Amino acid sequence: MSARTLRGRVAVAGIGETTYYKHGKSPDAELKLALQAILRACEDAGISPREIDGFASYSNDRNDPSRLAAALGTRELRFSNMQWGGGGGGGAAAVGNAAAAIATGMADCVIVFRALAQGQFARFGLGGQTPTVSGEQAFTFPYGMMSPGQRYAMRAMRFMHEHGIGREPLRAIAMASYHHAQQNPRAVMHGRPLTEEMYDASRWIVEPFRLFDCCLENDGAAALLLVPAERARDLRHRGVYMLGVAQGSEHRNAAPVHNAPLYGTSSFTSVAPHLYEMAGVAPADVDVVQSYENFTGGVLMSLVEHGLFRAEEAAEVCTLENLLAPKGRLPLNTSGGNLAECYMHGLELQLEAVRQLRGESPNQVPDAEVAMVCAGPMVTPVSSLILGTEGVL
Amino acid sequence: MSARTTYLSEGLPRPVPEPDGLSAPYWEGTRRGELRIQRCRGCRAWQWGPEWICHRCLSFDLGWETVDGRGVIYSWERVWHPVHPALKDAGPYVVVLVELPHADNVRMIGNLVGDPHQDVRSGAPVVAVFEDHGTPDDKNGYTLVHWRTA
Repeated sequence: MSARTLRGRVAVAGIGETTYYKHGKSPDAELKLALQAILRACEDAGISPREIDGFASYSNDRNDPSRLAAALGTRELRFSNMQWGGGGGGGAAAVGNAAAAIATGMADCVIVFRALAQGQFARFGLGGQTPTVSGEQAFTFPYGMMSPGQRYAMRAMRFMHEHGIGREPLRAIAMASYHHAQQNPRAVMHGRPLTEEMYDASRWIVEPFRLFDCCLENDGAAALLLVPAERARDLRHRGVYMLGVAQGSEHRNAAPVHNAPLYGTSSFTSVAPHLYEMAGVAPADVDVVQSYENFTGGVLMSLVEHGLFRAEEAAEVCTLENLLAPKGRLPLNTSGGNLAECYMHGLELQLEAVRQLRGESPNQVPDAEVAMVCAGPMVTPVSSLILGTEGVL
Repeated sequence: MSARTTYLSEGLPRPVPEPDGLSAPYWEGTRRGELRIQRCRGCRAWQWGPEWICHRCLSFDLGWETVDGRGVIYSWERVWHPVHPALKDAGPYVVVLVELPHADNVRMIGNLVGDPHQDVRSGAPVVAVFEDHGTPDDKNGYTLVHWRTA
């Protein structure tokens, strides 16, 4: 029996997405968006949709795998998986769950997808639309702490306090996403550059976050098609392989009413070491990073907790120059990410990592061989993964 | 002078105990001006928010004790963008996460009363302020716990 690992066992065969729309602007139903993204991932891979035998998603995606399988006329369904909890923190975990199904022989051809048409359903950024609240919400909502931004500003503020970090690194993270989006025709914010002056003048949402520190809300869908590694060599694109994946959070991270013992973290301090162990690479080996921006403060914490730099180095390392492809020391969110490409709940970040390793990014990092994706900082569970080219297997 | 007697406008969701009653002793306590926290009768650990088991010793034998309403600001935020209709045009307000040194440093969320533009500092001492909603005999009444700088 070989080691318990996913390293090198599974490949991303195809990626696909719909047009990315502003919130509420999709002309298509959410399920139709999901189907479109799935078909595009199949087309990209050169694999018939009939071959799909599994689906994985996260954050209670509304588009049920059995319905998708029936709609697509797949031959059989062998894997139907939902990552439990954590909202966007499930993005990398869903890819990992699909990969685990393939590596263990439970399925052969698995779609990871996320579809959102928030105009057709409720928005994320509203809170407290019921007359009464109980449980944990009863201890926060009556104090006007209801939305994700309000929940996570508290954690980011503590992190910044503990490490003496100012707001400049947050501005650099926001500007990097907008900068990269200007080269990406898919991006919702393509053609809408962000300047330092615009950032500084933007209104507060909840201190320490200004408007441009907060993710968009969008409509659309994205999908990846995963297959066993052996099959990747026969496919049309350069092979992109799973090196490692990890999910979870620290000891009692979900202790109610903000009582996590390690409060000033993005929940990755226990997860990241497992990720690197499976991937067999070190932080210095990572060529390009996609890090989920719910809020820029969470990105900064994710980068620190994945060992890319120390918190005390944030002012020096987390600068716009360093975060930009192609020449920056730590190219970040090279498609524009949740801030400026599309809030596809972070799945667009997974697609961008694949593009980087194929050499097809609109902001290509030269000779990128190892790409990391961090999903959903400050929630629980979070997840992250590392992909690599055939050369690093 | 504003007619408002509460820190935030009325109309926000009203806190009620869960159907299983887990947090009912807390809400009964605040109605009487007492800050009650869950405490394990076995290992004496304090615990917040309430749960059915002690996270430290796994005993189900949990009680409630009244604690001193003095705390320390652990983190804070100033909210500008309203996400609820009742807060529209309410202007900024301050939410604090307060540690209770007299109860194993468990943390509670509340508002920091006073000038919403005031400087807020993690580490600053604060004291509890009870804010009644509804008259004492109002079945739907409840009492929130806010904080003010000591």
